[in-house]
Amino acid sequence: MNRSRSHRLRVPAIAVMATAALAVAACSSSSSSSSGSGASSTSSAALTASAPGITATTITIGSHQPLTGPAAPGYSEIAPASAAYFAYVNANGGVNGRKIVYKYLDDAYNPTTTASVVRQLVLQDNVYAIFDGLGTPTHLAVESFLNAQKVPDVFVASGCDCWNQPTTDPETFGWQLDYIREGKILGSYIAKHFAGKKIGYFYQDDEFGQDGVKGLDMEIPKSMVVGRQTYVPTNVNIGPAVAALHASGAQVVVSFSIPAFTALLKLNSLKLGYSPTLVVSNVGSDPITLSGLLESFAKQGGATVNGNQLTAGIITDGYLPTLGDTSNSWIALFKKVHDQYDAKAPFDGNVLYGEAVAYTFVQAMLKAGRNPSRADLVNAINAGLPQGPAVAPYAYSSTDHAGVTGAYIGVINNGVLTQEGSVETTDTTASGAITTVTAAQQSAPASGIPSP
Amino acid sequence: MRSPLLRILGIALLGAAIVVLLSIKLNAFRDYQIAEIAVYVTAVAGLTVLTGLSGQISLGNGAFMAIGAYTTALMLAHLGWPFVAVLVVAGIVSAATGAIVGVAAARLHGPYLAGVTLMLGVALPFLAFVYPSTLGGDQGLNVVYTQPAFLGANFPLTRWQAWISSAVALVVLVLLANLGRSRVGRNWRAVRDDEVAAALAGINVAQARVLAFVVSAACAGLAGALLAIITALVAPGAFTITLSIALLTGAVIGGLGTLFGAIWGSLVIVLVPVYATDVATSHGLSTAVASNIPIAAYGVVLILVMLIFPQGIQGGVLWVLRLFGISAARPSRQASTPDAMPSAGETPARPHEKEGTQ
Amino acid sequence: MVEFLQFTLSGISFGMIYAAIALSLVLIWRGTRLVNFAQGAMAMFTTYIAIEVIYHTGSYWTGFVVALAAGIVLGAAAELAVIKPAQGRPELNAVIITIGLLVLLEGLAGIFYGGQYRSFPAAFSVTGLHAGSTALGVSRFDVFVAAAVLVTTLLLAAGFRYTSAGLRMRAAAFNATVARLSGIRVARVITVGWALAGLLGALAGLLVSPSTFLYPNSMDTIFVFGFTAAVIGGLDSPVGAVIGGLLLGVALSYAGGYLGSQVTALVALGILVVVLMLRPAGIFSGAQVRRV
Repeated sequence: MNRSRSHRLRVPAIAVMATAALAVAACSSSSSSSSGSGASSTSSAALTASAPGITATTITIGSHQPLTGPAAPGYSEIAPASAAYFAYVNANGGVNGRKIVYKYLDDAYNPTTTASVVRQLVLQDNVYAIFDGLGTPTHLAVESFLNAQKVPDVFVASGCDCWNQPTTDPETFGWQLDYIREGKILGSYIAKHFAGKKIGYFYQDDEFGQDGVKGLDMEIPKSMVVGRQTYVPTNVNIGPAVAALHASGAQVVVSFSIPAFTALLKLNSLKLGYSPTLVVSNVGSDPITLSGLLESFAKQGGATVNGNQLTAGIITDGYLPTLGDTSNSWIALFKKVHDQYDAKAPFDGNVLYGEAVAYTFVQAMLKAGRNPSRADLVNAINAGLPQGPAVAPYAYSSTDHAGVTGAYIGVINNGVLTQEGSVETTDTTASGAITTVTAAQQSAPASGIPSP
Repeated sequence: MRSPLLRILGIALLGAAIVVLLSIKLNAFRDYQIAEIAVYVTAVAGLTVLTGLSGQISLGNGAFMAIGAYTTALMLAHLGWPFVAVLVVAGIVSAATGAIVGVAAARLHGPYLAGVTLMLGVALPFLAFVYPSTLGGDQGLNVVYTQPAFLGANFPLTRWQAWISSAVALVVLVLLANLGRSRVGRNWRAVRDDEVAAALAGINVAQARVLAFVVSAACAGLAGALLAIITALVAPGAFTITLSIALLTGAVIGGLGTLFGAIWGSLVIVLVPVYATDVATSHGLSTAVASNIPIAAYGVVLILVMLIFPQGIQGGVLWVLRLFGISAARPSRQASTPDAMPSAGETPARPHEKEGTQ
Repeated sequence: MVEFLQFTLSGISFGMIYAAIALSLVLIWRGTRLVNFAQGAMAMFTTYIAIEVIYHTGSYWTGFVVALAAGIVLGAAAELAVIKPAQGRPELNAVIITIGLLVLLEGLAGIFYGGQYRSFPAAFSVTGLHAGSTALGVSRFDVFVAAAVLVTTLLLAAGFRYTSAGLRMRAAAFNATVARLSGIRVARVITVGWALAGLLGALAGLLVSPSTFLYPNSMDTIFVFGFTAAVIGGLDSPVGAVIGGLLLGVALSYAGGYLGSQVTALVALGILVVVLMLRPAGIFSGAQVRRV
């Protein structure tokens, strides 16, 4: 099976002020008190079935996820984490009093199955929107269908910039940091900190890796790159590729790989006695997942390798707060929700992702109004969303459907990612500058639920 | 004494009427499922003829579906041809590939044929990675298809998809039924049952075997073309080895060598997982458990059907009919397929033993 | 040149895994004349059992032995429960049953153990060995893999050749009816064959899972290449299985190294076609079928 780890777009939260203003204006209820915390408005308008999937008491949304099959490890944690956050919201008043019903179906990362389950969700189950559809080839199979049916297609779990086509696909929105931006941010860091060194690329042979490399090439001078090797997820024997990188003399290896292949890269380098500095995409660098994959190699008699040792020094980027930053209000909130509603899963990057994107959805729903139609949700996002747990603003506007626009660079040590330096944002063009974000990230709301 | 051809056409017309009725009465998602089932029927019918009638196992018909699908996507994107023409070309291109594979596999039997076709099914989709600019790589190619204008703007797309897929499936079934009853079909059965005797009787064994591959590949190619237009995307992830294996299990579960079996098998492939998913999720189990129950259930269904109905579902249907005194028009000869997996000399029907090799 | 050496050695390491799977398929083929599509899934399942034992007892070798024992039990149980009832029926039915078993085992693994990656320990160090200052691209564990498969193969070969039980198995595979007439309990011999195949599969799973990480579908690709290796070598020949496995492992390593990772399956297809065009029953096939 081919796998492309494509999810997450970023949206610059420049429109925070505009959002606040619009939220007040868009609110259909007459009296919304602006004082106090995000208490639900004291409107007396009745809740109606204002759109397919919306009743007086529920909002039903659907998704397609790889719950089984070769792409399931890791990704299958995301939807339950989103469901956990929705359960938390439901237990604390819901969205304008309605409970979110999240119906996610397994597509085993097969576009044919995706086409089928999404039609089931839209044509038979009449969901209000498709939320967080996971995968690039899988979601491409349903993008035109959803737009033709005018079903909101929000926060696709993929970093492809193909979700940013507001003219042809106005219903579709990305969420996570896209791979080109990510490549640029990582590339600029490398060009600055490893000037004069030899760089090697190791990347997945699909749009995840290729877009990442596109971004890297925009920032790293071609003369520095001495080797480029690809891998396909179905072939775990990457020994030859790593040997080739070793032979090329690369001192820094940039890896756009999923966690399993980041771990394999490390293990195969070990076999060759090769220790380049590793710079890894956010997709493949979650310290908890990596430690989990490498932990067995720590428990060997007489050997000197240690799980955390193997991940030490890995440089990566992050667009959500780091899991190790326990004083961060977002991490505290999401950990609380996880412990209550999704305790069996490890609290790792996938769970953080699932909860963060669910939070963003609730933000959007609250903005959409008390009795929203499908168009109201789309308009709410087009008007811009506050940053929420993302460290950089979203790009959302009526002409830009990309999600998070920036990230920070971090280093893994002792199994924990620590932020280094500030958050930087950029765009997807070669000439676009990389700018530092000066505003500090807003804290999570005390109630854990976005204010309307 | 009614002409068998008329009877086949009659059954086909009845099938068409049923499809039209269902497509109007059921909701849009069911229409889409009808289209999906028709796609599988087209592919499984070709495979059941290849494996059941000519005795050649193929674990790679998904590759032929991919060829039909990609041909369709490329033609619709670069040439402006009407869909029927594209369909025909897709069938021809797949048939040509089938000829090549058939020639390469002409001397292969049993597990060796299975091994080659398995690797074909695994390897062919990777061509999309080797030629990413033409074939789209991992993301695949979008399929540009609009329903004909004469239907009017209000005609539901899914109903049209159900109609066109079912029409192609029915045409293919009628053609295969006639082929099976003709000299070609008799040659296939002769080659399947005893190659040496068939050769002695003057049948060109290699030609018959290659022809079977051609027909099977053409059917799979047509199915792939239909799949391309109903899902609107062709990508390597849609043509994994799981697809090829599903086609074979569908053919055997339904009743190997029978065309009705192709229909039952396709119903199992499309409906059992959905039904099992609904049952599993309604019990509020954790995601990991609920999502794997349909898979485990599918495995159990395969095992049980094979143990309880060795002739597949069609065999079971005929058995039930016989119980009620309705004898089948033709005895369902689910003859063993010696080429597929020769037994260890235990089949009672064979006049002489096949010796084990050292 | 160093690269070539590294490719070769890492190819041998994977090739031995394919050889182990191929060998188990050969054992089943000789006994029951069918291809066990569930062989990889059975290996995955026993490896899960191993990791649970390792997790609870803290001892790798206990888990290792338990997995091998579980492989024997699983192989025999599968044969008795679902394969034997299908004997005498159309042969393809038994193949579909093994496919059903494959799907069932993957589903059960997902239900009992979850679908996430599990890290599986290697028996020995995974740091690379060096010849002087050159990295060889193999570790002590890789050497163990090769040795384990080789030793098992030799033990099996010796068992077949020098023990009466082995003689009985060979007789039953050669001609079951005559073997029965000689008093051999063919049914029991077949079960033993499946049990041994289960053992080999379990071994393969234990040896490869450190490199693939363990999850319900982790053995799928390994099975495909193991089956290919068996076909290349000839399904009746244990020697062919090992040679086929090594050949395939090394060839795919070169392909991945010199041509790129996308073409390995295509190269495997090419090798298969070339070999079978020349020898339609594999390299080490024995007597040919009758021709007219």
